[in-house]
Amino acid sequence: MIPDLGKYALPVLAAYGGSILLYVGLIVLVIRKNRAAKRALNLAEAQVEKKSTALA
Amino acid sequence: MNIWEYANPRRFTAVIDRLLPVLVPMAAICLTCALFWGFFLTPDDYRQGSTVKIIYLHVPAALMAINAWIMMLIASLIWLIRRHHVSALLAKSAAHVGIVFTLVALLTGAIWGKPMWGTYWAWDPRLTSFLILFLFYLGYLALWSAIEDPDSAADLTSVLCMVGSVFALLSRYAVNFWNQGLHQGASLSLDKEEHVSDVFWQPLVLSIAGFVLLFIVLVLVLTRSEIRMRRAIALMKRIPSR
Repeated sequence: MIPDLGKYALPVLAAYGGSILLYVGLIVLVIRKNRAAKRALNLAEAQVEKKSTALA
Repeated sequence: MNIWEYANPRRFTAVIDRLLPVLVPMAAICLTCALFWGFFLTPDDYRQGSTVKIIYLHVPAALMAINAWIMMLIASLIWLIRRHHVSALLAKSAAHVGIVFTLVALLTGAIWGKPMWGTYWAWDPRLTSFLILFLFYLGYLALWSAIEDPDSAADLTSVLCMVGSVFALLSRYAVNFWNQGLHQGASLSLDKEEHVSDVFWQPLVLSIAGFVLLFIVLVLVLTRSEIRMRRAIALMKRIPSR
């Protein structure tokens, strides 16, 4: 399946491997940050609601 | 319809929520097709051999590294002039994504340079200005982390962004300013005589479209996260401590 890359196989595969690794790492970090922010907001909103209910 | 209405964080996140279900599959399809086409279906170059396949990673990354900084500059100017928090957060998010694109451009460039130029690195005008741009990205993100007050951080990083724009533009036009150096001219040009052959050009344009979409998706998701985090902090401050 992999095309014949000849004598340049190592640099080509290293460039693709390294880049994909960096992009996947970035995507994972962005998804984790998104989840953490959503969780923090939900928690804060729940606490505010709890507090306002208690005051009422 | 006034464009500044979208500076409202709530309205802005509502737009992001509507855009992402369309942009994510578009980015995934474009990138998969472009990289498959470029890696498996294009021939080797008569001079560069199979290393030409690196073009589908290197050129979009370099293009986005520069354009991300230009986008940060516009967002920073909006922050300084109109004080819209969303624009400052957009600039911060673009820096997080832009630095990875810059790193990919430097990495793939070095790997490509070794078999073609005989060296991983040369103090060529384009390479050097790109390295300085990378250092500006690092400095920009470090400054955001170093200052606790978000408004002061946005002010100072906006000024740094304006200074760094000189190097972003220099990275783009260094080849035109100086003729010496190892780096070739632009791969894409409106002048048909200058840019790469059609067989490489078509998947390259698709790859650029895919990486532009990926950049937009990641910046929008990060900006939404920053907005949510700020709202969460604001809400927690509102709760009186016992």
